[in-house]
This record gives sequence, structure tokens and C-alpha cells, in this order.
Amino acid sequence: MRYLPKSDLERREMLQVLGVDSGDALFSHLPEEVRLKRPLDIPPGKSEYEIVDYFRARGDECAQGYASFLGAGVYRHYRPVLVDTVVSRSEFLTSYTPYQAEISQGTLTTIFEFQTMICQLTGMEVANASMYDASTAVPEAAMMAVRLTGRDRVLVARTVHPEYREVLATYARHQGMPVIEINYTRESGLIDLADLEKKIDNQTAALIIQSPNFFGVVEDVRAAAGIAHRHGALLIHIFAEAVSLGILEPPRDADIVAGELQSFAVPPSYGGPFAGIIATKEKFMRQMPGRIVGQTSDTRGNRAFCLTLAAREQHIRREKATSNICTNQALIALMATVFMTVYGKQGLRELATQNLSKAHYLAQKLPLRFNAPFFNEFVASAKNPNAVNRKLLKKKIVGGLPLGRYYPELENTMLLCATEMSRRADLDSVAEAFS
Amino acid sequence: MFERSSPGKHGYQLPPLDVPAVDPAAALGPQNTRSEIADFPEVSEVEAIRHFTRLSTHNYAIDLGLYPLGSCTMKYNPRVNEHVARMEGLAWAHPYQPEALSQGILEIMAALERMLAEITGMDAVTLQPAAGAHGEFTGILMVRAFLASQGHPRKKLLIPDSAHGTNPATATMAGYAVQNIKSNQAGMIDLDVLARAVDEDVAALMLTNPNTLGVFEEQITRIAAVLHSKGAQLYMDGANMNALVGIARPGDFGADVMHLNLHKTFSTPHGGGGPGSGPVAVKKHLIPFLPQPRLARLNDGWSWNHDLPQSIGRVRAFYGNVGMHIRALAYIMAHGGDGLRNATLDAVLNSNYLRVSLKSYYDLPHQAPTLHESVFSDARQAKRGVRTGDIAKRLIDYGFHPYTVSFPLIVPGAMMIEPTETESKAELDLFIDALISIAKEVEETPDLVLTAPHHTRTSRVDEVAAARKPILRWKP
Repeated sequence: MRYLPKSDLERREMLQVLGVDSGDALFSHLPEEVRLKRPLDIPPGKSEYEIVDYFRARGDECAQGYASFLGAGVYRHYRPVLVDTVVSRSEFLTSYTPYQAEISQGTLTTIFEFQTMICQLTGMEVANASMYDASTAVPEAAMMAVRLTGRDRVLVARTVHPEYREVLATYARHQGMPVIEINYTRESGLIDLADLEKKIDNQTAALIIQSPNFFGVVEDVRAAAGIAHRHGALLIHIFAEAVSLGILEPPRDADIVAGELQSFAVPPSYGGPFAGIIATKEKFMRQMPGRIVGQTSDTRGNRAFCLTLAAREQHIRREKATSNICTNQALIALMATVFMTVYGKQGLRELATQNLSKAHYLAQKLPLRFNAPFFNEFVASAKNPNAVNRKLLKKKIVGGLPLGRYYPELENTMLLCATEMSRRADLDSVAEAFS
Repeated sequence: MFERSSPGKHGYQLPPLDVPAVDPAAALGPQNTRSEIADFPEVSEVEAIRHFTRLSTHNYAIDLGLYPLGSCTMKYNPRVNEHVARMEGLAWAHPYQPEALSQGILEIMAALERMLAEITGMDAVTLQPAAGAHGEFTGILMVRAFLASQGHPRKKLLIPDSAHGTNPATATMAGYAVQNIKSNQAGMIDLDVLARAVDEDVAALMLTNPNTLGVFEEQITRIAAVLHSKGAQLYMDGANMNALVGIARPGDFGADVMHLNLHKTFSTPHGGGGPGSGPVAVKKHLIPFLPQPRLARLNDGWSWNHDLPQSIGRVRAFYGNVGMHIRALAYIMAHGGDGLRNATLDAVLNSNYLRVSLKSYYDLPHQAPTLHESVFSDARQAKRGVRTGDIAKRLIDYGFHPYTVSFPLIVPGAMMIEPTETESKAELDLFIDALISIAKEVEETPDLVLTAPHHTRTSRVDEVAAARKPILRWKP
């Protein structure tokens, strides 16, 4: 087998050293009743050619060559060639978590740069090395707020991604952490501040908002933060569309920022792997979950990096750790790092502006459900969203996401997203399908 | 890289905008828009690729040689896996695109679920968890939901002292107290100790098998029986499944629920610390509690079923780390059933070859037979003032990545070595020679070992200073 680098002769030599005559003898101490007495029911090994052929055929069964207007937490952005060039380097791809700093400076340095750029983007002071994705970063951020405040209730806006809220509910159920949802305003799609004022109290650990929110609408972060802080609660700010940070005011008023970096050159890949982040203020860093890289020096006095603040983590603290997270999303974070480097200060702004422009071009041709400012996604009204999508599929266009499943009151709407990859002709086709 | 920035430099060019440009401040309001991302990098494409390529050369990697971290299963990552995961129809699939236009991906996920169930001897598999620890959390939540449906979720989990730190951390997140179980002389679970500990308050035992000493729990069926007789569940941490594939199946020896690490046993790359993937396999009685949604066969295609009233809910948005599922399936297909078993045989052969070749030079505190990994201690070297961490650093000078240092905690000065099946005899022989040579150095020139590494670009790093005065981002 091509992945097993030994000849039978070498195997026999090694078995001889062990004083046994077959590989099976090394399992002779396993009780008879636990041993599998038949071959695994899995087809025989295949050649590389056959494997490539199989997956190509599966890819052909998917929406290959379609334009798409789906967003909702997963965005189609162009992936610079440099990204895969870098992450395909064996030295990044096939290395482990950088515990041995002396031979892991490559990974450690890129994580340090990653943490820096996440701080620059979000206006926070410290960031971790990554979380699995935003949906799992949300409950981790909520649990962090509970530890920091010594309170247990968490408020979450209904405009936070429905699947993030589902994950939050799963985590919260056994933590003694009640989760209360805050409504949105019917006209604007923004968090209902009056409802927030009604529900927030002195047992509230945190308010969780997302901006741009699930409807694409840019929330008034400052107003929400003001109310949260007035009641001694923390503000957790979520972002799902990282490109928006190219032009949006960073959420400086937040205490914890949790977000999704899929937009930064990570392929949609049917929902993962992605990379989430948690960033916060320096004073809160010891309650932050996940790996963190810090700067130090080696014995020769040269600048060096290493994993640090491990006293928060499961391998040291066990049941008292801030989280059970171990393996995170380092290689995906590297994709994002290369993306941010290639686009840079000017590029990210220009990219965000193109997204804004494309979405607004489409939006002005459609009946909008909400009247607040939006970035590259918006909710359009349609008597029958599925019928619109069926029309579009005939033109090899995947339309928007009908919202009825997540918000019964929004049955006659769909969420549409345009990015720099949306062509004008396709934008026009979508507008046409609505008419 | 920040030091290389200069205003106006960039590594991108966008196509001309084919719609009217919108001014951010006008569309979003000036209070919602930023004027710039202060200090964000400004470098050219050439500088960017040189920067990252140069940095890559400061890393060790499996593709450079043996990476014998115990319980981490650092095996070769086949490149065809990377190739197929990037195919357009798969890599660009949106999780909300119509199911009719996602059948290829759904078939891949269904096939992987099927094969992992066969390998583990379990009845159903969820691919949703994003990593091993996330799988543990998912599995324990299911145990909790199952017990709650029987009337009482119970209060605590039993965890052996040899367990990974993720196990107790998971227990806390799932709302359980932790009770440690002391291993016996042989490094195994002591049935009497276990029997005394199991009562009506125990929800489950979290057991790694083979355990972190590489030792197969020979009493496993009795362990399961003790738990089941008191209504408790057996959770198996599948981190060490590379020792068992094709040889023994947890489902056949009493496990109720377990997770797998696709980034260990099934060859998906570690990538410097992820992405991983942590599928969870369960027995029939736990199926109703699996995370939603579940794949279901509907007419002649695959579909997502969200109607699962007893489900623990979602543990992650969308459907998990699908890109990793694709790679793992490609790995299983390349080996086939017999090939997977042969890989296990080679993994255990390699480990035992190292153990036999090194035991005259390093202390082996537990004598029980081991499978895929073995744990030595620095007891002999410590007498000369040289500890496991020093020996590890000296190994770097010999061109190898160190073993796992100071874990499991039940072995003071642990040196935990797992070579995996993808190492040649020649590579193992070089590694053995290196460790024998270091053992001699400890006797003759201990300072050489204490101050290692000597041949790396970066010498020993001051981790204490990093933690005392944390510098966690670059500042101008």
C-alpha cells in the first residue's frame, strides 16, 4: 500500500527483533471476545486515479457552475491564489499545534500576526488563535461573560444567526445559563431597544448582538452597549461577514467580539471547516478560551514566539479550564492571515465597497422588507420566494434564502447576498425573477 | 510583515466595478463607517509570498520526518485528499443550496457515516462536531439526554487519572462533576476501584482505550458490564483508535458512545493546530438524541431531517467540517477494509519496535503490553539532572520532532512516543540511534542536553517571560 513505507522483508526483520512471528501476535493479549473475527465490510483499496474520479463525479452532482445569491453566514468571495499556495506548504499543512516553540516559529509567527490583525479589525486589545467557527465562539463568549460577571443570564438578539442561537441553546442548557431572546423592530430589522430595556436586569451577564445582523442590517452597537453597560452587563458583538469590517466602524464599545472568518478566503465547503475568533479587552484576557501566542525571546536574545497563558487551558486546568477546546482551526486562520495580508489596508476597504455597491444595485430594484442601512445582504419581500428561486435555477442561478423556516412572520421574504463575485447580468436576472 | 508595510503598497487588484459605486458613509451613515484600518499591513504580493514561505521554513512538519507525539497520531497526510477536497462542486458548495444540487456531498457524508459505523461497530454516526473535544461534549450531552429521558440525568462522570485534559473539561461544560479513578500498577482501570465508584449518581465512565499508556484495557467487557449494571454509560475517547481499526471494535466491547478524531486516525492534516473533525458514533439507544439535523434517505436522494424532537440540538452551525469529511473518506477508500487493518498492524509493529529497542536505555514504568504508543520516563536521566523536556529539546538537534512531554500525568517525567504506521524502518532506526546517543550524552555531557537545542534557528524559548508579561499583538 502506497502510504505504508515498509517491505515485507523489513516487517519480518522488525518482528524478529520483537521475537514474534506475525503482526497479529502483537494483539494476542486482547481477550478473544473483543476481537473482530471478520474483515471490515469496506471495499478494497483504490488507486489515486479512481479516488479522483469518484470525487469529481460527486462534485458534478452539486451546484457546479451556478451563480449564487446565498449568504446567511457563508459568503462567496474570491480566493487569491496565494492563499492555497501558502497553506499547501508542507511545513504549515503537516505540522502539529506549536508546543515545541524552537521548531514551530513559522506557525507561531503567523498566529501572532493573525491576532494582531484581528485586533486591528475589531478594535479589541487581544485575540485568540481561533475557535472552530462563529457558532461555537458565541456560547464560548457567553460562558466567558458569565465567568467575568458572576451573573448567569444571557440576552441574545433574535437578529443573531438562527443557527448560532441554536448552538448557544445547546451549550446553555446544562450550564444553568438562561438565554432570553430580544425582538427586532418590524420596520427596521434592528434590535428592539425597548424590548431590551424591558428584559435586561442586574442578573444579566451579557447581551449578544450581531452586526451586520442576520438580515444584513447594521446594528447601532453603541446604543446596545450603552444599555448593557448601564446594567453592568457585557456586550458581546458577533460578526458573520468579516469583509464588512473593511468599512464598518469597529465594535470598540463591545467587551467581547466573536466572529467568523469564512469570508477571508475560506472556501464555503458546504459549511466548514471555517475559523471563528474571540477578541476582547486586555483586562478580560485570562478568561478568554483557546490558544494564545505571545512574544518573548530565546536564550540568544532574539525575538521569538510561543503559546502562552496556558494556565487557562484544559491540559493544565482540566475540569477548571475556561473551555475544553484543544485542536482549533490554525490552518484556516492562516488562510485568513494570507488573505488579510494580500488585500491589506486599502484592498479590504475597496473589496468591502464593491460588496456594498453590488448589493445596493440589486436592492434598489427590489421591494425591501426593512428600512435600516445594510451591507452586502438584505431581506426582500416576495409573495412566493420558492417560485422566484425556481425561476432562477433554470438560469443556473441559486437565489436567496427563504426566511420562513427561521422566522415564521417573515414567510414572504428571502435573504439575498451580493458580493464582488456577483456579475451585473446575474443581478439583473434576480431582479427580473421578482417581477 | 507589519514592519515591511509602506503606504499604498498592495498585493491585490479587483476587477472594475460593473455597477455604480456606492459611498460607504452615505449608505451606512458616517457614524457606522471607519476611515481606515489603522496599522493594517500594506505589502506587495511578492513580499507576501516571501514572508510566508520564509516563515514556513522555520517549522518542522511530518513531511520532513518522524513526528512521534503520543496520542496525536501524526501520520502522513495523503495529498490526493487535499486535491479532491478542492474540487469546485465540493469546495464551493453553499450549505443552504438546494438539496437536489448537493447530492454529491450528501452521498460523501453518508458514505463516511456508514464506514465509520462499520469501523467502530456502532449503529449511527454524526459528523457535526468540529474536533475531538467538541465530539466529547456532543457525546456526553447525548448521555445526559438519554439518562434524563429515563428519569434522571445523574451527577458525575468517572474519569481515569490517565485521561486527556479535554475529558474533565468536557464534563464541566456538560454540567457534570468529575470523579477521578486511580489506575492500577499496570496502568489499567482497577475493576474493584471502579465497582466501588459506580453508583446511581454516575452518568458514565469516560475511557480512552487503548489508554494513554498505549495499554489495551483487557477487562473492558467487564468494565462495561459494571457500568451497565448500574445504568451508567461507557463513553469511549477514540483518540487512540489508530491501534484498533480492523482489529477490535468499541461497539463490540461495550462502548455506548465514542468520538473519533479524523485528524488522527483518518489522516486529515493537523495544519499547525486544526482544523480537526470529531464524529461521534453511538449505539441504537442513543440515536434519538443525536444532534440535528440528520441525513435521511428520502425517495431516491439524501435529505436533511430537522424533525428530531429528542435531539440534543445543534452543536455547530451547518453540518460540521465537511472538507475534513471528504479527506477522511478519500483516505478510507485508498486503504480499503484490509488496508486499514494492515495500517493498524504496522502502527503497532512500529511502536513495539521502538519500545523494545529503547527499553535498555530509558525507564519503562509499566510493563503491560502496549499497542500503538508507549510511555517511557526520565527516571534514569533525572538522576543526572536531565528531564524529559531536555531530552525532547535535544531530539530536535538530531532532526526529529520530540515525543509528547510530561503526559500522561500518572507517569512522572513521561516520554510518550507514538510513531504511527507511516514511518519506514530506516527512519525508526535513526530515531532509536538518536535517543540512545542522547542517553549517552546525559551520562557524559549532560550540559549539552540541558541547553539544547543547539542547531535550530531559534534557541530555547523563554516561555516563563511570555506568560509573565504577555505581549499578544504587534504594536507600532
